Amino acid sequence: MEFAELIKTPRVDGVVLRRPFMPTVEGTLCLTGHHLILSSRQDNTEELWLLHANIDSTEKRFVGSLGTIIVKCKDLRVIQLDIPGMEECLNIASSIEALSTLDSVSLMYPFFYRPLFEVIEDGWQSFVPEESFKDLESMTDEWRLSEVNKDFSVCPSYPSLLTVPRDIDDESLCKAASFRHGGRFPVLSYYHKKNGMVIMRAAQPLTGTNGRRCKEDEKLINATLCAGKRGYIIDTRTIAVAQQAKARGGGFEQEANYPQWRRIHKAIERSNVLQDSLIKLVEACNDQSHSMDRWLSKLEASNWQSNVKEILTTACLAAQCIDREGASVLVHGTEGTDSTLQVTSLAQIILDPACRTIRGFEVLIEREWLQAGHPFQQRCAQSAYSNGKLRSEAPVFLLFLDCVWQILRQFPCSFQFNENLLIMLFEHAYASQFGTFLGNCVAERGKLQLSQKTVSLWSWVNRPQELERFLNPLYEPNNLVIWPSVAPQSLLLWEGVFLRWNRSTKCLDEAYQEMVHIIEYNKELQNKVNSLRRQLAQLETEDSPLQTP
Amino acid sequence: MEHIRTPKVEQVKLLDRFSNKSVIGTLHLTATHLIFVESNSTSILHHHIASMEKLSLTTSGCPLLIQCRNFRLVHFVIPRERDCHDIYSSLLRLLRPVSYDELYAFSYNPKQNDQQREEGWQLIDLAAEFERMGVPCDQWQLTDVNREYKVCETYPRDLYVPITASKPIIVGSSKFRSKGRFPVLTYFYQEKKAAVCRCSQPLSGFSARCLEDEHMLQAISKANHNSRYIYVMDTRPKLNALANRAAGKGYENEDNYSNIRFQFVGIENIHVMRGSLQKLLEVVGTRSLSMTDYLVGLENSGWLRHIKAIMDAAIFLAKAVTVEGASVLVHCSDGWDRTAQVCALGSLLMDPYYRTIKGFMVLIEKDWISFGHKFADRCDQLDPDQKEVSPIFTQFLECVWQLTEQFPQAFEFSEWFLIQIHEHVHSCQFGNFLGNSQRQREVLQLKERTYSLWAHLLSEKQNYMNPVYSPSFAESHPVLEPSTQACHFKFWRNMYHQYDRSMHPRQSILKQVLTFKESNRELEGTVQALKTNKNKKNTPLLSRKEVQQEEDEEVFGEEAREDAPASTDGERTVEGSSATENGYGELTGSFGSKNEPAVVTLEFGVARMTC
Repeated sequence: MEFAELIKTPRVDGVVLRRPFMPTVEGTLCLTGHHLILSSRQDNTEELWLLHANIDSTEKRFVGSLGTIIVKCKDLRVIQLDIPGMEECLNIASSIEALSTLDSVSLMYPFFYRPLFEVIEDGWQSFVPEESFKDLESMTDEWRLSEVNKDFSVCPSYPSLLTVPRDIDDESLCKAASFRHGGRFPVLSYYHKKNGMVIMRAAQPLTGTNGRRCKEDEKLINATLCAGKRGYIIDTRTIAVAQQAKARGGGFEQEANYPQWRRIHKAIERSNVLQDSLIKLVEACNDQSHSMDRWLSKLEASNWQSNVKEILTTACLAAQCIDREGASVLVHGTEGTDSTLQVTSLAQIILDPACRTIRGFEVLIEREWLQAGHPFQQRCAQSAYSNGKLRSEAPVFLLFLDCVWQILRQFPCSFQFNENLLIMLFEHAYASQFGTFLGNCVAERGKLQLSQKTVSLWSWVNRPQELERFLNPLYEPNNLVIWPSVAPQSLLLWEGVFLRWNRSTKCLDEAYQEMVHIIEYNKELQNKVNSLRRQLAQLETEDSPLQTP
Repeated sequence: MEHIRTPKVEQVKLLDRFSNKSVIGTLHLTATHLIFVESNSTSILHHHIASMEKLSLTTSGCPLLIQCRNFRLVHFVIPRERDCHDIYSSLLRLLRPVSYDELYAFSYNPKQNDQQREEGWQLIDLAAEFERMGVPCDQWQLTDVNREYKVCETYPRDLYVPITASKPIIVGSSKFRSKGRFPVLTYFYQEKKAAVCRCSQPLSGFSARCLEDEHMLQAISKANHNSRYIYVMDTRPKLNALANRAAGKGYENEDNYSNIRFQFVGIENIHVMRGSLQKLLEVVGTRSLSMTDYLVGLENSGWLRHIKAIMDAAIFLAKAVTVEGASVLVHCSDGWDRTAQVCALGSLLMDPYYRTIKGFMVLIEKDWISFGHKFADRCDQLDPDQKEVSPIFTQFLECVWQLTEQFPQAFEFSEWFLIQIHEHVHSCQFGNFLGNSQRQREVLQLKERTYSLWAHLLSEKQNYMNPVYSPSFAESHPVLEPSTQACHFKFWRNMYHQYDRSMHPRQSILKQVLTFKESNRELEGTVQALKTNKNKKNTPLLSRKEVQQEEDEEVFGEEAREDAPASTDGERTVEGSSATENGYGELTGSFGSKNEPAVVTLEFGVARMTC
């Protein structure tokens, strides 16, 4: 298919762009296969480059022959384009509509994007499972790397290499896989160096109504317990939801069959509920009414903050089991690709200082989200302005980022990165020039040949020029477990994402710059002092050669 | 002291408000403080105690719940009921002083001599403040009509009125205003010659009018050539104002006053505000609060709605003055609560001076203290009428905090300054806020017998500085134009949970950046010293010995400084928090659950700066 077929009017002059808190720009609107571009004719400073993939929905309005298109983006921004001429406006609107809803992945921008920078470190090669395993090997010999899934036949959503208990053979793994939803048998997610406890993740067991059991599955997870130790199973669903799942062949681990495990149920919402929550939250944030009661009641009704609290609480609970109770943990929900990953990845941020570095955080996202098979493409197909029929869209990853932001807010000196990194990841998960978040699992990404045909987000992020933007000037490494407060008073609305386009950030940005300046100046002064002292010491030795014969 | 029956009780348990933690220590009762001593001690000033409750006896002892005005809530368990009762009844007497002389301020002695004390009181000079605004001038003059507090006993002696307002007009107008609080100048916006005036409601009833009062408003209007009209802002909801008419009070009838634009603003009265705060505190004091209950409770308390109403009114005032160049007369019922809030906040929006540490003190001294905000009644200083207590001043501080959140570089001070002021408004440790009016303060001879808070705060100014404050911000933003969207108003956790450590970020950006800033200052000094030293080295004129000696000092002095930001390690790397304290989801009854020793201790003073 040619994009040109979809573009009836590639160019319109005299288009006016209106955005809240930014000056109005008049200029020429151009449509390309992947971008909507507006450049002003006066000077080329004011430009809008918008990926079609970033467009969530559009609305059009007409007053006489002046048409207006309201473009609502997946990054939550809303812009207005005033287009003279009814026909032009209709053409543009229908082109945007068509181009922003292309079904075929291979037509996405990442396949056409050529980087303007030299790729020094290829992000596709940056994180290989073998390397993480090497780290693990240096700490324990209880685990092995299994190739049982090398052709993705045991579990289509898992990567080809999986870390499993040393004593469990591949055959048992296959049997355990047949007992778990989507073949997602329990695998290692995190090893806590301090006490050797582990977090494992899986999908729900397929016990069904007649209480099916699977010896291999039991053996597999028991193999992760030390003698005489017990562990916790954290089921991210309420007991009621878990019970209902039995009717559909799912279920949960029966105490009788897993006597060494204590099961705890939490109440993280299913993904379709989360999508609704996001839509309501964004609607509340965009509400122009200035009534306090209305704002608070809408915020409450969206349930977003409740979701943040529940996810964070569950992650803290998992971390508490590991670090405080000295017990291993198995986490699962239904499919093991959403709430499960939120919990395991957040628990690692709490427990493991390495995850709070930029590199470590990238590794975490790569391992616990991308390779673990979070279906990014399905979940991020639409964002908060989606008005069509939803399929499997859900802000699961955004909620995870929000929770990370909450922890970052509470421990502002413990993270090497700042809020910008989190916002950037949110944007790129929904629309990007990079291939990283395309596809739903490792197998799909392989088929799409993403690593050959697209550029990795990490190749770009890890360039020193870009990295600078994401560095937290207050960072000071610490090796402690960081326990966030989950009291509702301690959890804030993530303004950087949800109020980003509804406020002027100039004052806040300048204050941040001033803070950066103070800290940089401090380093500068330290260096100056050190160099002066060296010079003095040198003068000293030159001055008194007799004292040091 | 005769009221203290049991000065000391041992083996008292102090329970944490939000977790299951507790510590055991000794409780001491002194004439001024209740002190709990364990590894670190907690002391509570009697004046801070708002209420006490003795709960029913439990197996571990007799629980005593103390709620403080600085939002601290302590829960003691005293082993023997008799001790508990003794403490309770002693406190009951101690925290209800019957005369001003019993207040802490009269016994507090910071070891200063009379001269220092006097200097403290001279720090704030309101005559100089009016001069700074450009008053007196050709349109405004100082009147001595209230020199003896004869016209209005709740006003200060020195008052500024339009040149054309003669004494008979003033006296006439004052007779037509509630409590004699006639219109006077509180802020003068020099750039447009526009004035902010304040007064109380007119005694208009359903139809009464007063020519002198009408003249008074006209005189205010005429003093400003930039605008043909003046705004009259009645800060009450219209319904309240209407109701007042039945009592012979009310509001200005536009037909009787020429060229006024009358406006209701709709800030609720002290009783509504008191109830609102009570509800808010009830909600946020709940253990294991759910997000839904929190947000619903926040909404139902109405607290943020009230804060926003005050802010909206102040913004209206600032716009009228700075954009339209119109003078504004502000009043409510008596003109000492809502009027003070709106005038003070409005002035702060218009004038960058009030956003500095010194300027903020002046602002409080002017619009709150001198114009007779009834601190004694509102803050419950003496044997109280509970119906008079209300968090009016707290709301003002919160509005300022909301502004600091929107304009982080506009204020010289940080929120710790606001919180510390709040602390001392209730502590009765300093004389500034004692009593209800200037006249009463003079009778009490506060300046001779007590100390000024402002001197104390200035002496520890470093603690209250905003490290990212930019004086040039005032030039680019002389008038602040805050957003009034509801989503920009936030719950002030650091105020209402100031003693609940587990609620707060475990690392404080503010503190960290302050440390850097302080370190920068020291390093700059070191660089200078080293440079001088180096130059000396290059000039062999100095005797060897002298240089050596100097250098030793330098190097020594510097060892300590070199790692200045790290030198506070003890405080800064102590971070993290405990899992048990947060209660994530209760492994209660779980196997192997034991009382974990805290692996990491909380940074003390994250929640509350210790100063």
